[in-house]
Amino acid sequence: MATKTIKINDTILDFDENLTIIQACELAGIQIPRFCYHERLSIAGNCRMCLVEVVGGPPKPTASCAMQLKDLRPGTNGEPPQVLTNSEMVENARKGVMEFLLINHPLDCPICDQGGECDLQDQAMSFGLGETRYTEDKRTVEDYDLGPLVETHMTRCISCTRCVRFTTEVAGIDQMGQTGRGEDSEIVTYLSHTLDSELQGNIIDLCPVGALTSKPYAFTARPWELQKTDTIDVMDGIGCNIRVDSKGNRVMRITPRENHLVNEEWISDKSRFVWDGVRVQRLDTPLKKVDGNFMPTSWEDALSIASKRMENGNTTFVAGDLVNVEALYTASKLSEYLGSAKILGDLDTSCHLNERSVYVGNGKIEDLDNMKNIFLLGTNPRKEASVVNARIRKAWINGADVYRLGIQENLTYDVKELGVSLFDLQFFLDKMGSKKSFWTNAIFLVGYSFLSSKAADTALNTIRSYAEKFNAKFLVLHQNASAVGSLDLGFETDVKVKQELIKETKTIYNLGCDTLEVDQGTFVIYQGSHGDKGAGSADLIFPSACYLEEDGIFVNMEGRMQYARKAIQPPGKAKENWKILRALTEKLGFVQNWLDLNGLRNALFDEFPLISKPGEIIEVPWKAVKKQKKLNSKTSLPIYVKNYYLSNSICRASKTMGSLARARNSLNLKKAS
Amino acid sequence: MLRRLSEDQPEEFSFSNRNLKWAKAQLKKYPKGRQASAVIPLLWRAQEQEGWLSKPAIEFVANFLDMPYIRVLEVATFYFMFHLKPVGSKAHFQVCGTTPCMLRGSEALIDVCKSRINGKQHSLSADGTMSWEEVECLGGCANSPLVQVGSDYFEDLDKDSFEKLISDIEGDKSPVPGSRIGRFSSEPSNTTEKYGRRKLSNENASIERYRD
Repeated sequence: MATKTIKINDTILDFDENLTIIQACELAGIQIPRFCYHERLSIAGNCRMCLVEVVGGPPKPTASCAMQLKDLRPGTNGEPPQVLTNSEMVENARKGVMEFLLINHPLDCPICDQGGECDLQDQAMSFGLGETRYTEDKRTVEDYDLGPLVETHMTRCISCTRCVRFTTEVAGIDQMGQTGRGEDSEIVTYLSHTLDSELQGNIIDLCPVGALTSKPYAFTARPWELQKTDTIDVMDGIGCNIRVDSKGNRVMRITPRENHLVNEEWISDKSRFVWDGVRVQRLDTPLKKVDGNFMPTSWEDALSIASKRMENGNTTFVAGDLVNVEALYTASKLSEYLGSAKILGDLDTSCHLNERSVYVGNGKIEDLDNMKNIFLLGTNPRKEASVVNARIRKAWINGADVYRLGIQENLTYDVKELGVSLFDLQFFLDKMGSKKSFWTNAIFLVGYSFLSSKAADTALNTIRSYAEKFNAKFLVLHQNASAVGSLDLGFETDVKVKQELIKETKTIYNLGCDTLEVDQGTFVIYQGSHGDKGAGSADLIFPSACYLEEDGIFVNMEGRMQYARKAIQPPGKAKENWKILRALTEKLGFVQNWLDLNGLRNALFDEFPLISKPGEIIEVPWKAVKKQKKLNSKTSLPIYVKNYYLSNSICRASKTMGSLARARNSLNLKKAS
Repeated sequence: MLRRLSEDQPEEFSFSNRNLKWAKAQLKKYPKGRQASAVIPLLWRAQEQEGWLSKPAIEFVANFLDMPYIRVLEVATFYFMFHLKPVGSKAHFQVCGTTPCMLRGSEALIDVCKSRINGKQHSLSADGTMSWEEVECLGGCANSPLVQVGSDYFEDLDKDSFEKLISDIEGDKSPVPGSRIGRFSSEPSNTTEKYGRRKLSNENASIERYRD
């Protein structure tokens, strides 16, 4: 990395010569206005807002986003090249560009959803002329239908092409483009097709004006009246960093926060638009089943019914897919006290997932950027972890090869197929096993389809032995937000043990698991937020807060512990999950030596230091693998696909997710015919 | 000018055998993985074959070059020389309307187009055999006013000679390209006799060249 010395205004500084002027100015703390430039997209250089003056360069302003430092010439006496960011030329250039942009931009800010958080508005205030000199007619552009998520007002478009670049580069779909030229250029989708991507919502954030806005959020709030809460998403195992905007006690929208280690600055549509599901189908009062019907009851009554059932012993705790670590911890303490079992509802495997280096691995999401060979084993990251899929795509663009074992579906990049069965995997490993160079910078991503296959234990150990031998990375792609947390706390996943436990147990304490099948006659206590399948088959219901309504800890698929924060109050009589369990322990006569969330967390951190550092992954020792038998199972990996848009109880309650699922179904039908 | 795909589209498009062979040869001009560079020549050849670019033609070229459809549509809509609407089956007249031609009477030619073909440019005549458009400078200012049909220039036109040109094409005659007042090239017209008249032939007339 060669450095280059340049002078920005009056300061002389050293930079990597491959930076562009705009990046160097950013590092020097100087903000350059821009519309089309975005650091995670390719450079277009078409908005002209980022013009700066290069002293001694051509006698006209230079687009700072498209000029690299190494292309700047030194001064006549060999002094470093100088860039001016606030000279008269620059100010005039900005004024001129702003005037051109505003020629065709409608003055509909009062009815525009972007108002108050609009780049054009802000920059017109800072750099624009006070009034217009333009008296001719303005251009208008037809709107088109992008589907149920993104609303278009194309007259407001300033043709920055961020949306086109995002969808083609990051989301990997080739439907958007800019047709025509000059004044008549339009941002369109091919033949007005709707977008078929799990990341399309991000173009709403990327659009610097109000041309692309959120359909579900349309005309419901103004940004300055929203309460902003930084929290964590639970729709998949990535633990995307999100900001929840609420008004009163209603969540109005969810937007991503930047975290380069986890989600860069993207979130999937499910994370972004699920909020309408938070409001509906809620359990807001304790319910007990009387003669087959649910009757509302008091907390006191509900807790005493539960404690009576549980005192008799033989209770099994089942963790669902959206539970935070505090609730899991309280439940697991209670199960220790009662001497009962605890199981993880949504993962059935024959693997022994008892150490972090087995059920998480040593890989990180950010590692994907530098990988040469990426192995997707029994996983469809596009559906199971859309944001990670975008990252794999980025690695693929930069030259990585992606290999896949399992179901063949479009992942938005080219994949080399290894086959469908474990035998195919063994064949490949034998073939490549001696080529050491092949395995440098390789990562194995193992999905639930792989983990739930018959010989999964041997297979997982085989993969780990290769990772160990060649110093490759290995990461389990967990689908659920609660998965790693519950495994850390020792929840059981062994399919045989689970089946036996569920058969034998008299009482099940279900923490929001909707996929659990129980025999008639088993008493089920369901603690959850939404009236879904799990609640329907319960005998006693404890209404609890959902992920936006309580403080909680979630551990993502890499083992990164992150805090989720309370954005709104739970509805009705619903309570925080850990509080319900704490009250129940009291009722059962088991006294824990903490009373509040802080006390709980301290106890938790003492017992499980692995989840005690927020935002960090704590290195764990690698559990060595013994030599394994050859894999010889020729059966295809089991299909472990949930309906992407309807994968948990909150999405199933969401109208937006429902319409997306319908749209996807009709698209698939069309493709099939 | 807002450019969109035409509302009526043919069912399908494919290159004629001769053009397919040509197109395959074009691909070899580019390094591996850079075949998309051939998009403009291929679109142009498709237009020469059909007269205009239909949706099936755009998709055919996209599939041929392994490009997303939208990328080819972007190119096709960007360049005004690609026709996105059907043009006359016999001829599409491109009348130069830039200043030198205008001063030499191109407005009269446009009036002829309006009365003989269609009141609006880019629209077919009643029988669908002709269409016209006003274009920017064709680079034949010394022989203005002029009209381009296919890749042929018909120069030194006036109202009458243009009417005759249209009638000839209408009557399936293949008119000889070049000056209508007998100029050899772009020499001063009063010296034409001195240089000798050019013997014009229509063996290179392009109207039907790319159709098998």
